[in-house]
Amino acid sequence: MTIHADHTAPEAAVEDQAADVQRKFGISVEDYMLPARHQIQMVNPDGTLRSHEEQGTEPGHEYPTPSDAELMAAYEQLVVGRRVNDQNSALVRQGRMAVYPSSHGQEACQVAAAMCLSEGDWLFPTYRDAVAVMTRGVDPVEAMTIFRGDWHGGYDPKKHHVGIQCTPLTTQLLHAVGVAHAAKLRGEDTVVMAMCGDGATSEGDFHEALNFAAVFHLPVIFFVQNNKYAISVPLSHQSVAPSLAHKAVGYGMAGERVDGNDLVALLAVMDRAVKLAREGSGPLLIEAHTYRMQAHTNADDATRYRPDSEVAEWQAKDPLTRMKSYLTGKGLLDDAANERIAEHAEAVATQLREGLGEDVPVQPLDLFKYVFSKPTPQLREQSELLADELARAESAENHGTESAK
Amino acid sequence: MTVTTNVNGNVSAATASAAASAAATAEASGPQSITMAKALNTAMADAMRADSSVLVFGEDVGMLGGVFRITDGLMAEFGEQRCFDTPLAESGIVGMAVGMAINGMRPVIEMQFDAFAYPAFEQIVSHVAKMHNRTKGKLKMPLVIRVPYAGGIGGVEHHCDSSESYYAHTAGLKVYTPATVADGYRMLREAIDSDDPVMFMEPKKLYWSKDQVDLDALRAEHDAGTSTEGRAAVARPGTDATLIAYGPSVPTALAAAAAAAEEGRSLEVIDVRTLVPFDDETVCASVRKTGRAVVIAEAHGFASVSSEIVARVQERAFHYLAAPIRRVTGFDVPFPSPKLEHYYLPSVDRILDAVDDLQWED
Repeated sequence: MTIHADHTAPEAAVEDQAADVQRKFGISVEDYMLPARHQIQMVNPDGTLRSHEEQGTEPGHEYPTPSDAELMAAYEQLVVGRRVNDQNSALVRQGRMAVYPSSHGQEACQVAAAMCLSEGDWLFPTYRDAVAVMTRGVDPVEAMTIFRGDWHGGYDPKKHHVGIQCTPLTTQLLHAVGVAHAAKLRGEDTVVMAMCGDGATSEGDFHEALNFAAVFHLPVIFFVQNNKYAISVPLSHQSVAPSLAHKAVGYGMAGERVDGNDLVALLAVMDRAVKLAREGSGPLLIEAHTYRMQAHTNADDATRYRPDSEVAEWQAKDPLTRMKSYLTGKGLLDDAANERIAEHAEAVATQLREGLGEDVPVQPLDLFKYVFSKPTPQLREQSELLADELARAESAENHGTESAK
Repeated sequence: MTVTTNVNGNVSAATASAAASAAATAEASGPQSITMAKALNTAMADAMRADSSVLVFGEDVGMLGGVFRITDGLMAEFGEQRCFDTPLAESGIVGMAVGMAINGMRPVIEMQFDAFAYPAFEQIVSHVAKMHNRTKGKLKMPLVIRVPYAGGIGGVEHHCDSSESYYAHTAGLKVYTPATVADGYRMLREAIDSDDPVMFMEPKKLYWSKDQVDLDALRAEHDAGTSTEGRAAVARPGTDATLIAYGPSVPTALAAAAAAAEEGRSLEVIDVRTLVPFDDETVCASVRKTGRAVVIAEAHGFASVSSEIVARVQERAFHYLAAPIRRVTGFDVPFPSPKLEHYYLPSVDRILDAVDDLQWED
């Protein structure tokens, strides 16, 4: 392994960035770090394209529309993601999954976060980001194992470069920073997507992760899905900053805010962020305005803390219907395409129903197998104790069966 | 392996000369008098020479060489890419190390003091300790968290905690604590080699303790794969009672054994070395032989490693015991201020009193 020589010192990085921004966007580095005056929005809630003047763009915040092929591929994942969310919620109601924190309403963010990355890049998701995990290529059943209750994780993080879905808030952002730092030391051009929610921005690790990424000038994109609630607590109780994207400037990185239910705008903003990060611009912070349409989990009752009228308001901004109208209006989406995409979504839902419905026997002795690379003598002793208990239970059961005969 | 120099290239003369003296030490052969600080420093330098994925970072570990100078000269020799200062944030240091370990590195990170490691507790307990288990071994956590710990240096509040029990209580962490100069080298090399996370607890009052040590012999031992993990050492053989100690308490136990010998009592001293995994075999073999035991630790006694040792020994060697196992530990009070610490710390007299209490008259 080669430790890369070109590990820029913090002081030099700051000077380089100012010059780079001036060259690329013709604006000062302070203006570059501040988010646009309004969130970036390219498609109206009714599916019509906003005129370039209306998109909220200004120097340094202009985004080209993604290609038709990218939009169609993303729309397909959006439909699959919605189907997965609803299928999983049904499986929870049927008792086949222990819990599922649904990203219903946030699927555009999920799809964009995964699709803007290249194969060698990494994604660090939270517990609500199962759709992003799947979109990145992780097998749907493996992605949902954590919620089925037979192990705390179901997929190999190294296979698709997806960190384990993180339950403690915000801790994963630092893991993203470490992965990016290691890659940079080896001279690799890996970009790391670090996902969190609005509530997570109050945690200390949010501050530490953004600061570390900025000081070490690392290619990390901090992607905040601002879905307005941390379980029941509204954003106003988390932060009174002008926006969460404004926090970026305090760390010396660029921030941007985008309509999180507008897949076109999301892809445009995220694609550029990935490109900038890969070119060596350092970390970026993107805040996506979206809404958690359902309760925190099945154990939560959202009617206790938010009015139905608010939910209805966001229903009208649904990312899926918006994208569908836009693509249909553009002539990209016809009946045949709709049918093909619906079939794909249904196939994934079937895979989940079958995979998660299957009662996979748990392996009690696995409890001791993975604590360390090699079990300690104490763990071997405890493993033998449980094995003995299991053997006695089995023999008692066999004995019972014998006597019944 | 290619290791390139730092871009700035402006290392101070002091750091450069420290590196040169480190190199000189490394070249000398045969037994020489060195400190535990030097043994730890040499262990990191040797590991970094052997494997370019070994990185050292933390607060003040770069140019300054650490507040205890344990990382002295590493930045000068290995460059700012491999030994560097981070922003002042312990959770950040550990969390970033987790990510680096996921992505092929072997971070050796320094928490400046025992009580300053607490902000990192969530990363340590929720991720460092659990990542291997959670991913069924798909992700290894080959990282070493060095923690200067315990008292005896007249330190102010928050600089003298014995925090080993928190870590030993956490499933998925290995906990090492050397008590001798040679073990400082041996155990740190082994910790860096380990694919599992190691809390490496360094008794700060022993940093400047000296011993005659042959570094080349230790290197050869390392290269031959000799392991200390899960192997307690008999620090002093004896026949009448066993003193079980670790880290900062080992020299105190040895002093007590020397004093007892003058009174005609032969005490065996066991240096536990690795709290996790624990060497039941060596500890219990000694107690079975002597029939009496005192456990010594600086940490508060309640719900601690010392209580665990007592529990384990009585579960395994009850019928060999001539007396209840006694403990000499820190009192269950916050670590005292410098002028009061000697009332708190286990002392030779307190150990000898405990030994006297082991029902010799029966």
